[in-house]
Amino acid sequence: METANDKNELVARLRAQILSLQGVRVASHHKQIGTGLGPIQAAFPQGAFPVGAMHEFISTDQGQSAATSGFMAALAGFLMKQDGICLWVGMHRTVFPPALSFFGVAPERVIFIDVKKERDLLWMIEEGLRCQALSAVIGQVQEIGLTASRRLQLACEQSNVTGLLHRINPRSMNPVAAVCRWQISPLPTEGQAELPGIGHPRWNVQLLKIRNGHPGSWQVQWDNQNLKSIRTQDSPGKGQLLQAG
Amino acid sequence: MARYVSIWFPHLTTDRLVLKRPELAGTSFVLASPSRGRVVVKAASPQAQASGIVEGMVAADARAVLPSLEVIEDDAELAEKLLNALAKWTLRYTPLAAIDLDDGLILDATGCTHLWGGEMAYLKDIVARLKGSGYDVRAAMADTIAAAWAVCRFGKSQRIVAPGAQLDALLPLPPTALRLDPITVDKMYKLGFYQIKSFVYMAPSVLRRRFGQALLDRLGQALGHVHEGFAPIHPPEPFAERLPCLEPIRTAPGIEIALQKLLEMLCSRLVKEGQGVRKVILKCYRIDGEMRQVEIGTSFASCSTGHLFKLFELKIPTIEPALGIELFVLEAPVVEPLGEQQDQLFNVGAANKWVEIAELLDRLVARAGPDISHRYLPAQHYWPERCTLEAASLKEQPQTPWRTDRPRPVHLLQEPQKVEVSAPVPDYPPMLFRYQGEVHKITRADGPERIEQEWWIQQGLHRDYYTVEDESGARFWIFRLGHYQDDNKPEWFIHGYFA
Repeated sequence: METANDKNELVARLRAQILSLQGVRVASHHKQIGTGLGPIQAAFPQGAFPVGAMHEFISTDQGQSAATSGFMAALAGFLMKQDGICLWVGMHRTVFPPALSFFGVAPERVIFIDVKKERDLLWMIEEGLRCQALSAVIGQVQEIGLTASRRLQLACEQSNVTGLLHRINPRSMNPVAAVCRWQISPLPTEGQAELPGIGHPRWNVQLLKIRNGHPGSWQVQWDNQNLKSIRTQDSPGKGQLLQAG
Repeated sequence: MARYVSIWFPHLTTDRLVLKRPELAGTSFVLASPSRGRVVVKAASPQAQASGIVEGMVAADARAVLPSLEVIEDDAELAEKLLNALAKWTLRYTPLAAIDLDDGLILDATGCTHLWGGEMAYLKDIVARLKGSGYDVRAAMADTIAAAWAVCRFGKSQRIVAPGAQLDALLPLPPTALRLDPITVDKMYKLGFYQIKSFVYMAPSVLRRRFGQALLDRLGQALGHVHEGFAPIHPPEPFAERLPCLEPIRTAPGIEIALQKLLEMLCSRLVKEGQGVRKVILKCYRIDGEMRQVEIGTSFASCSTGHLFKLFELKIPTIEPALGIELFVLEAPVVEPLGEQQDQLFNVGAANKWVEIAELLDRLVARAGPDISHRYLPAQHYWPERCTLEAASLKEQPQTPWRTDRPRPVHLLQEPQKVEVSAPVPDYPPMLFRYQGEVHKITRADGPERIEQEWWIQQGLHRDYYTVEDESGARFWIFRLGHYQDDNKPEWFIHGYFA
């Protein structure tokens, strides 16, 4: 009898855990971060950026990779606010610290971890995510499996640290246990025919997956430490999509 | 009451040579080395000494005395090396052993002798073991280093000077036994002072006038009125804990329990004294006589058992217990006061945050090596490779603000990579460039921004940087090295990617 009771309890507990894994308890846990995300804000569950969760970014070429780094830096800047500290973990670091200040991140508040062995990489990201004193952990990996990503997501949920996982040139788009999947690609400068030269960074932000939210695609530019929506001549429908999303 | 043992090796280097080359045993040979254009004897074997060959003789004279004499080149540093090794060996008798150049050791045997069943047995054991390993050796014990030294080298039969009886032991000895300089000794012999008892009762003022303060100091040291310095080869760790085991330990959980106990002992002591460790070594002595050690470092003074244990936890699998570990020793060689050093980082209000991050970095470093974590501060250089400075510590703050007046790429290549360009107009950005087999057609460009080499650091050509955008919107940082010349076309490089 006792064992039957234990089993029932266990099942009940597991059910509760599964629910929490599916993001049911999200609302109470996720705090509001700065409103700098502009148009994208509406896509999130209850209009709040999911903090304390894993975000997955996918990039397939150098241009996308650089745009993704910029976007992640901007997000990290919002998460760190004035006094946060961010950990940037990767194998082959190309990020140029002085450039982070363009995206609202004080470069001296970022601690770079240059991992030498691939088998240490995920361990280090996880260890970083468990440290509650950090505001965000940015990890650059190539491949990650579902199980490994779930470990990271659990670490995020326990510590309430936000993880930004950048998958550079993954072999396959296998699903991972992250609340969002983003893809950021650069956009050419347009609409300034009278002005020569290159304008603000412009990105096509695609939110491919979001748990309990509304996936969508936005064309934004990074202007004055904020993301601002842009409407280009060839895609007038983007604005509506944004409204709908 | 302090007790010191002086050990004297009358034939240190020659004994060593006999050990290495057994065929020399029982023969006459000398160790000699060139000095002022002559080859001078530095040490002579007992047989050679019996024939009247002494230290300081010219080797040619010695050969004349004994034609069969073998002259071997002397290694000037050998004695010190040997003494160091021997002193380490004597650590089994006392934790405090010092070398006494050129031919002796000094042990601080205070409180150690009862473990061998008394002073006589202690001394006998040392002498027997050293003799057994092939060294001619004499040893003596007294309350002061100087008295032990004198009795060891000049005493007739007495080996142990009873506590407080230094004066009686010294009386019949010659003045040389006081380690005086040769000029003073000569003067004493001239005056007929062949034994210490002839002058030891004289008034100090008289002795000082005749022989100087040095004699009084030496006498005082021998009698115990004046303190004599003692420099042990292995200074004791002020923070060290030992944990002997009844049964040898061979499993990881066993090691963990031992470690936990040791850390608790160490940390409770550290907390009491307001200190924190920066480096901790765990030494595991195995029953087969081998020793295994693991070491951890922390980036700030820490006395937290949990944190230190976590750092060691990563290293426990690397300890090979083999047949078992019988003794664990935990040493903290680097200790710092635990001040209020923690509140400066990043001006974060909560000191806890600082500690947590430092602990995290310690764990990462413990796993993958010291040079994985970097933090950067601005440096006042325009040259992109030099415009960041690695922060020395977590506390360091930027001295100057980060510059944002010029565009800088979010990704910078480690080394600029060569690209092929088609640039029809000099001093204009190129029309297109090819990098890694891909052609990028440039639609927009900013620049140039000329960055010169800083001549006081490095000579070289300047770079003209352009920010360019291709048709897909990807933005690059490319530069031309040097000027357009008549004969050669300048080279172009890609150096980074903008977001």
